[in-house]
Amino acid sequence: MDFLTLIQVLDSTVRLATPLLLACLAGLYSERAGVFDIGLEGKMLMAAFFSAAIAAVTGNVWLGLLAGIAASLVLSGLHGLASITFRGNQLISGVAINFLAAGLTVLIAQDWFKQGGRTPSLLTSGRFGPITLPFAESVKDVPIFGPIYSELLSGHSILVYFAFLAVPATWWILYRTRFGLRLRAVGENPAAVDTAGVSVIGLRYAAVAICGVLCGVAGAYLATALQAGFVKDMTAGRGFIALAALIFAKWRPWQAMGACLLFGLLQAVALRFQNIELGSLTIPVQVMDALPYILTVVILAGFVGKAVPPRAGGEPYVKER
Amino acid sequence: MEKMPKWADVVLIPLISLLLAAGLSALVILAIGEDPVAAVKLMVDGALGSSYGLGYTLYYATNFMFTGLAVAVAAHAGLFNIGGEGQAMLGGLGVAVICLFIPWPHWTLALLFATLGAGLFGAAWAAIPAYLQAKRGSHIVITTIMFNFIAAAVLNYVLVNVLKPASSMDPASARFGDTVHLPSLHELLAPLGIAFSKSAPANVSLLVAVAACFVVWLLIWRSSLGFEIRAFGKSEPGARYAGISPVKITMIAMMISGALAGMMAINNVMGEAERLVLNATEGAGFIGIAVALMGRNHPFGVFLAAILFGFLYQGGAELALWTKIPRELIVVIQALVILFTGALDNMVRIPLEKIFLAFRKEAN
Repeated sequence: MDFLTLIQVLDSTVRLATPLLLACLAGLYSERAGVFDIGLEGKMLMAAFFSAAIAAVTGNVWLGLLAGIAASLVLSGLHGLASITFRGNQLISGVAINFLAAGLTVLIAQDWFKQGGRTPSLLTSGRFGPITLPFAESVKDVPIFGPIYSELLSGHSILVYFAFLAVPATWWILYRTRFGLRLRAVGENPAAVDTAGVSVIGLRYAAVAICGVLCGVAGAYLATALQAGFVKDMTAGRGFIALAALIFAKWRPWQAMGACLLFGLLQAVALRFQNIELGSLTIPVQVMDALPYILTVVILAGFVGKAVPPRAGGEPYVKER
Repeated sequence: MEKMPKWADVVLIPLISLLLAAGLSALVILAIGEDPVAAVKLMVDGALGSSYGLGYTLYYATNFMFTGLAVAVAAHAGLFNIGGEGQAMLGGLGVAVICLFIPWPHWTLALLFATLGAGLFGAAWAAIPAYLQAKRGSHIVITTIMFNFIAAAVLNYVLVNVLKPASSMDPASARFGDTVHLPSLHELLAPLGIAFSKSAPANVSLLVAVAACFVVWLLIWRSSLGFEIRAFGKSEPGARYAGISPVKITMIAMMISGALAGMMAINNVMGEAERLVLNATEGAGFIGIAVALMGRNHPFGVFLAAILFGFLYQGGAELALWTKIPRELIVVIQALVILFTGALDNMVRIPLEKIFLAFRKEAN
């Protein structure tokens, strides 16, 4: 494998890791506040459809992004209603949201565009285009550094840079602000937060809302940057890979970035090489597909550093008994 | 004190949830610009109006009975088995291995061993997450989700690299032999003088599914193991205090659950396709969640809910054929049922409990 191929694989890793990273950080806010969310997939899918649909109709990708975020927020609101207000089962609510998105997106797409459950292909104005970083053209021919800067780091859409900037931002919010401290506390011991006079319900709704916004951006990235339009089930399990990455990272932001890049790399390699030949040994492409899930199970099993979820995760908070 | 009579809990709440889901679905149909009443008529006609439609309804219902029972048994132990899909895929692999490599003299023997094989493969696939939950404390929901994806990769690998005949391009196994052909309802009912559609896929597995409902009822409510499962599901510390081993119950309940999900394969793989194809389960494992929630985890409730969902599936296919309503409407209805009977249960329950309390006060 020559240097340029390596750069290309890493470039595609960054592109493929971006939706995972956004969804993973989304889940991080929600789960750190004690609300399990297996509905990341559904929220991304809903956002992907609405962003592509609105971008296709208006020709403005920013309006598309807003529509995607709004659609994802509606589902977040539903999840909050079920799991915070009505103290229902958060896992079941997540399952319902995934199905709701899978069904509604195709239903609405068919009704609006009549193209077999997809949106029309987006033209350049309806998509997030690549951003060329300063001097990318002029340093292109410098050995080693040139390709790294101009191919790997430059030329992504703005949402990619947003996703990677969201990592330090999340770290700062979680560990350096009052809101972050309370958010983490409400996921570990909501009764203590309540005793301190801070609203558990308010905090949890805030976390679920942030989760909705980030999932919305993730979905919009899929449909308007990575690809040009919405197709049925286009998230293809990314919400669950993000969930796996979240566990793999033990609910921490920097590690989440590492996990998402790793899983993105696996996807990029599987996409480019199919079966990998290592001398006489052939690694089938299915192994690459299954590897994120297998790694997560291994981590969950605690054979390699145990993953302990937030203590109050999945438990609805009841104020007085 | 019981806040409301048992019949309200068992019948009224699911019924109200179903009405809410149906009402919202009707709004969706209206928004598409179709007539909900005509749609319902078309669904009833298409799913129940002919023995062909009925045969499809019962075929789907058979799948959903198995997966619904799987979710219900795990739920009695307080475990949420979301991995029915993966367990059913592995069950399909078990059926394929047994049907392809053993020359069976008669379908009855083949069915018996295929059922065992499917159950064994499904149980084995559920055993790993169960062990990890019981011994290592990893969350069963997450591990079973991961195992669904791993199962899909395993099936993909086995079909493409092992079971696919060399001459074929299609990622599917060879056809099973004629001796393992399961009699369809047409063949079963013909000697009794009842005419039934020849091309409908409902087959003898329906009877196995009904028997499974009965066996699960015996197991859960008439056996000491069932008592232990329910006690564990209600309160783990309580059960442990009574000398019930959490590891044992988690393992057994999940393996029974996985076996039931796996057994679905005798219907879709052995009964209908008569070969193993990619995505043979078609999401039936997930529909089991809706079926179990709707049926209140009771085998008879699961039986009824499975038929309801079978009706929705076949009716939905008819809708997609004759109107502009796509098949995905069924996915939306399924989501709404899960939402109202599962996650938003309290939204229906709390007002209803207040009404019953108010009536009781008046009576006193």
